[in-house]
Amino acid sequence: MGIAVEGARKRFGDFQALDDVSIDVPDGSLTALLGPSGSGKSTLLRAIAGLENLDAGQVVINGQDATKTPAQKREVGFVFQHYAAFKHMTVFGNVAFGLKIRKWDKPQIGDRVHELLRLVQLDGLAERYPDQLSGGQRQRMALARALAVQPQVLLLDEPFGALDAKVRKDLRTWLRRLHDEMHVTTIFVTHDQEEAMDVAGQLVVMNEGRVEQSGSADDLYDHPANEFVMSFVGEVNRLGEHFVRPHDMEVVLDADERTEEAMVQRIVALGFEIRVEFVLGDGTEVWAQLTRAELQKLELREGQIVHLRPGQLKSFSGDVPSSGDHGASTPRDGQDDDDAEVTAAA
Amino acid sequence: MTARAPAKWGLRTLAFGYLGLLLLAPVGLIFWKTFEHGLGPPIDAMTSPDALHAIWLTLLMVAVAVPLNTVFGVGCALLLVRYKWKGNAVIDGIINLPFAISPIVIGLSLFLLYGNAGWFGPTLSEWGIKVLFSTPGMILASIFVSLPFVVREVVPVLQEIGTEQEQAASTLGANAWQTFWRITLPAIRWGVAYGVVLTTARVLGEFGAVTIVSGLISGQTETLPLFVAKSFEQFNEQAAYAGAIVLALLALTTLLLMSVGGRKAKASGPIPIAGDTTISMSNAKEGS
Repeated sequence: MGIAVEGARKRFGDFQALDDVSIDVPDGSLTALLGPSGSGKSTLLRAIAGLENLDAGQVVINGQDATKTPAQKREVGFVFQHYAAFKHMTVFGNVAFGLKIRKWDKPQIGDRVHELLRLVQLDGLAERYPDQLSGGQRQRMALARALAVQPQVLLLDEPFGALDAKVRKDLRTWLRRLHDEMHVTTIFVTHDQEEAMDVAGQLVVMNEGRVEQSGSADDLYDHPANEFVMSFVGEVNRLGEHFVRPHDMEVVLDADERTEEAMVQRIVALGFEIRVEFVLGDGTEVWAQLTRAELQKLELREGQIVHLRPGQLKSFSGDVPSSGDHGASTPRDGQDDDDAEVTAAA
Repeated sequence: MTARAPAKWGLRTLAFGYLGLLLLAPVGLIFWKTFEHGLGPPIDAMTSPDALHAIWLTLLMVAVAVPLNTVFGVGCALLLVRYKWKGNAVIDGIINLPFAISPIVIGLSLFLLYGNAGWFGPTLSEWGIKVLFSTPGMILASIFVSLPFVVREVVPVLQEIGTEQEQAASTLGANAWQTFWRITLPAIRWGVAYGVVLTTARVLGEFGAVTIVSGLISGQTETLPLFVAKSFEQFNEQAAYAGAIVLALLALTTLLLMSVGGRKAKASGPIPIAGDTTISMSNAKEGS
């Protein structure tokens, strides 16, 4: 049961969007497809919904081969990044759409729509038009519309991507609670690793049309399969062939056989977290994540020579993805501004 | 960047002056000339059998050409925008032909096709179908000249609304037909309405192409514009002016119908309320 995709391939002109992708989503789970833009995560989601035809491969929904089933018959709820609200219909009309198509009786439609509007907390706004709603309200309306027809699976394509940071955080908490109540198999696409870890029980990390790794948030963070996953699900420093998380960089004042000499370049206070940037003897730039207390104890200042003792070193010999730009020796660049903001606030 | 008052009023005066001199004055003069001697003469002129037939024929042409071009126009716009294909550029170019070619040339080409020496003419007359110098030929000419309007109005609207709403409808179980009627058509209704108005106006007023194929038989193949032209040439000014007024009234009625229809659509469409779009999102936190 749940959703299974086997050997999915999709090409758009010269661009290989999906390159032999297989995933397995357990029944009733909440799974995130995580990856940078162009990684194929949205294409995969759209293929599951039937909005994109695969060149090869199979989509199985609740045990049934749905590969050739048109979108209208797949009974999936789909939520778009930009809401796809029916602008000429009221909130009520939007949510009722799927029920009208299924020829429900009017009183039943009314009951069901109001039940859903209560669920997404839009009950007083049934007669509004989408233009009169905020972004967050529109997305909740779109969610109610998708849930109205009791879909077998719920698919969300960057559902919070167009919302501002605060609304986004509220909505994802709310989505998680909603899923706890409804238990409908849910897949959502995001490029934001924090969002994925916050909301989803299971993560599938994608890159360049392939699945790099799937598992729980802890699995991916503690046992990344390769350099890409390691740098995508968290911050990372590169030391030669080894990788280490900034919070595993111990800063000490006295050298020993396991330390390396480094100069403090910059100290950035980000609330509780302090970020200290160093340059090593060979010119490599690394950074360490310290707490305020640790910083005060060490009394670091810019230009000072200290010693770094990296713990939890990881190496992925021969298992490094071809694209070199993810081997971040400096803090990972955000996918966009929002992303950077979220990372900084972590 | 607000325009200064003198510039603003200068532009306004210019716009009104230009419109007044070139449009309002001549049309106003026609009204004045028509009703110079009261309502009697124009009514008499327009109730003659030839005039009544001309009105009826004009309305018939609108009734046939406008629905056909509307259905074709919407379908063609969907083809051009939603189903990308290399041949679309060719279709797009062909649709523009009636804009590029003089109506007289269109009339002549129909003459060549359906005349006694034309490609289709002899065969059709064997079957007893008369195209030239009768209603079918004139309807063909009207369809030809008014063909691009709906397509040209609907294509940009279709491009603007995008495909997400249609995709959302399909995931909710709607088939292509339901999606078209419930989602696409309501979303493009303004483009279609505007295209219909332009098409109607063009069919009502078409002169050049229709002249060639009509044969100008009074009481048989004479539309209102042809009736006006004939009356004018025969120094029957009263009938010419009255015919012109009827044409103008028909066009005005079309416009009026569209704005009434539009208002109705608007009553069931979004009416934005200023400052009312920020119902606090904080209630999302309370969970459910």
